[in-house]
Amino acid sequence: MALLVYVENLEGKFKKSSFETLTYGKHLADKLSTTVTALSIGKVEQAELDKLATYGATKILNTSSEKLAVFNNQAYAQVITAAAEKESADTVIILNTFSGKGLAPRVAVRMKAAIVSGAIELPDTSSGFVVKKTAYSSKAYAYVNMLSAKKVITLIPNSYKVEEAAQTAATEVFEPAVDENCFKTVVKEVKRNTDKVLLPDAEFVVSAGRGLKGPENWKMVEELADLLGAATACSKPVSDAGWRPHSEHVGQTGIAISPNLYIAIGISGAIQHLAGVSSSKVIVVINKDPEAPFFKAADYGIVGDAFEVVPKLIEEVKKLKAANA
Amino acid sequence: MKILVAISNVPDTTTKINFSDDNKTFNTTGVQFIINPYDELALSRALELAEAMQGTVTVINVGDAFTEPTIRKALAIGATDAIRVNGEAQDSFFVATQIAKAALDGGYDLVLCGKESIDHNGGQVPPMVAEILGWPSVSLVKKLDVADGTATLEREIEGGKEIISAPLPLVASASEGIAEPRIPNMRGIMSARTKPLNVVEPTATEKTTEITHYDKPKARGQVTLVDAENPGKLVDLLHNEAKII
Repeated sequence: MALLVYVENLEGKFKKSSFETLTYGKHLADKLSTTVTALSIGKVEQAELDKLATYGATKILNTSSEKLAVFNNQAYAQVITAAAEKESADTVIILNTFSGKGLAPRVAVRMKAAIVSGAIELPDTSSGFVVKKTAYSSKAYAYVNMLSAKKVITLIPNSYKVEEAAQTAATEVFEPAVDENCFKTVVKEVKRNTDKVLLPDAEFVVSAGRGLKGPENWKMVEELADLLGAATACSKPVSDAGWRPHSEHVGQTGIAISPNLYIAIGISGAIQHLAGVSSSKVIVVINKDPEAPFFKAADYGIVGDAFEVVPKLIEEVKKLKAANA
Repeated sequence: MKILVAISNVPDTTTKINFSDDNKTFNTTGVQFIINPYDELALSRALELAEAMQGTVTVINVGDAFTEPTIRKALAIGATDAIRVNGEAQDSFFVATQIAKAALDGGYDLVLCGKESIDHNGGQVPPMVAEILGWPSVSLVKKLDVADGTATLEREIEGGKEIISAPLPLVASASEGIAEPRIPNMRGIMSARTKPLNVVEPTATEKTTEITHYDKPKARGQVTLVDAENPGKLVDLLHNEAKII
């Protein structure tokens, strides 16, 4: 019996958040006195696969057939379920990404497993198997007891700290049979800009709101983000107005994020916005209105005009970077 | 084309969340319930497709009679008819099982849901329905068109988007951008009262999960304010105090 972690790759590379799932899996496996088998699907070089051992995998299953090179939730769910069967794994860990969200519930149905989506801590096994997850769009946490013998848990990116736990692991080719019908669903086109830091698992996020007055004023937001290695984000009114794409909208009806640092510029902090960003570890608010509700939910704040404060802030960050270069 | 739209009855987005009964129960006192915003987007897109293709839109909700005002609102927005599966949503597998059964029994071509409910945030039901039925599914869909029995969808991925072609019958979950939410007009509100709302009894499933209790994030301490003339101090605090940059 092992614990299975599906490690998602992005164009052949594992993301930091994939190692977070492995660390989470390793710590849970230690708790359950078992080992971690990592499963990779898609084209990934051996040197990259070897990294999985660094974070706790004692066995690596590699599914790299051409047909499965592109994500297909039906087909991937079959591969993951087959891997769980092969490894007699009762518990499967999947990352709660755009793809993981469409995948994990399928795996749960196939395995007849209980599922918790959006875990942020290790399960408490002292009485039952209770997983803490965000609920009410991060306004609350729910503690969910998983009643079935088999379990699927999806982990929110940035909620679990990566730790090395070097093992020796052999890589095994794993090509289970997959139902041909799955491939009636075809990916026609992928448009991806990987030069930018990706929002859902970004460690730093610089976000701006209506206070910036128009899309032409986002240059300084992007400059600050580039300097910090941050992703850019925005409030709902901004994406509704078409100043920024919907994919940048963070909040209750947008993307929920939990970066280490969230800088909000010209965002007042409506309850719906706070819901999506309140799990950020450190929140900085820059707003000219001292009464903006966001200051009550912030760790650090500057009351001032963004057009004066942000350029100065950029210069100061440059100085810090230069001093530590 | 027959479209089934699953809707969830959730607290309004401005709700301050509180719990009672030793933090075991969500406190509904003074809370206004609405159609889950993502489900409303799914419904709006379904109506657009149905209008273009002479189709029908049925809304389905799993819940007790308490959810009927929300179902009537969906009918007022324009759904043809509604199904309420009379049962407490014990977990996502239970809900998915009811929706899958209705989709199959009713011969629907397309099941549309929101990408997640804003209370449980699981997003589990749409892929589960698809897996139970053996249908394809696409999650977090920003664009959806249907022609000649095939759907073309745009879904959100890390750092971009993916264009997918999938055959019907299909399950899709709606994300922002798929449609503008529709507002019911007076004629819709009047006609909603007489549209069919069929109540059916649920199929039992084994309970897989159970919420033991809730709690709320602890409040942040007092904000540390930095003088607008001296943003260097902020950088210093983030570097030396928060040790984050």
